Amino acid sequence: MSKFKKKKGGDLPAISTASLPDIVFMLLFFFMVATVMRDSTLMVKNQLPAADQVQKLDKKDRVMYIYAGEPSSRYTDKYGTQPRIQLNDKFASVAEVAAFVLAERASKRQELQNVLTTALKVDGDTKMGLISDIKQELRKVNALKINYTTRVGGFKQNID
Amino acid sequence: MAKRSAPEVNAGSMADIAFLLLIFFLVTTTIETDSGINRKLPPMEEQDDPPIIKQKNIFTVVVNKNNQLLVEEELTDLAELRSLAVEFLDNGGGEGDEACNYCQGTKNPKSSDNPEKAIISLKNDRETAYKVYISVQNELVAAYNELRDREFTRLYPNELMTFVEADKKYNDPRTSPEEKARLKPLLSEVKIMFPQKLSEAEPSKTKS
Repeated sequence: MSKFKKKKGGDLPAISTASLPDIVFMLLFFFMVATVMRDSTLMVKNQLPAADQVQKLDKKDRVMYIYAGEPSSRYTDKYGTQPRIQLNDKFASVAEVAAFVLAERASKRQELQNVLTTALKVDGDTKMGLISDIKQELRKVNALKINYTTRVGGFKQNID
Repeated sequence: MAKRSAPEVNAGSMADIAFLLLIFFLVTTTIETDSGINRKLPPMEEQDDPPIIKQKNIFTVVVNKNNQLLVEEELTDLAELRSLAVEFLDNGGGEGDEACNYCQGTKNPKSSDNPEKAIISLKNDRETAYKVYISVQNELVAAYNELRDREFTRLYPNELMTFVEADKKYNDPRTSPEEKARLKPLLSEVKIMFPQKLSEAEPSKTKS
């Protein structure tokens, strides 16, 4: 009879929490690996246009980035809504592009200085006037290899 | 015997499971890399005497300030640009020295002589939107890639790849140097057959 007696005090045994650190570490490592570090905080709207004939931009050490687009909402009251160029962490004028490229080039290793690519990360709604101004500046300092960074997708995504 | 409470689950292997998962994710996730259209800007120095190019060898693409596309002075839809560019490049209307023996086009004497002579001239307005410009660039590159793919698979059917795939493989840092050395002449062969001659004019100012 005692075999079917209810257990005394029905409290559940505590669940072991010994594995909790492992789970947390696992998540931590996963996010550490999967997240992309952004070098500079974006201060402009940056909805890249879509293209499907793209080439990969490997070797991050030989790329310099120029951002352009409308200032994001945090900055509109200070800088207005005209598209601006962003170099590193601040807004810049077209005239500063050449100096920026020379400074970037000087900061790279000697053997990389001639193979640098300029990645233009420009918002899709920007007018071409600004981009051709940037391109003129790049030609002046002989930074001729450029890459129009895009999202991957058909051109139909650009026209809506 | 019956009074025994629930045995504790052995958590010793939990760390192993965690590491297994960790290694799995480490191997499978790839850090996102940027991609885009590569271009080379022309150098600054001006040519003194620009070479004379026959009008029929120039394919003019104009994007105006209202983001409308004009191909050879006719209003065109963006979806048609690729096939029009292929038609122009692949025309092969030249005769004698300028004949093109691999072109499959209509050999229209009013269109381009051969792909080497054919130049696509792209002109845009300062008010053109960047995304339209990129779309046009994309379609023109697509036209070249389409023709290069065709010639690559025709010349090297044993490769079982298209030009774009072979080019991607060539640029992949994981490809062995021997493989790269083998691919390089094949790629440049096709590049010579259809050289990318895209000329960009300085953007026109919008007249107010």
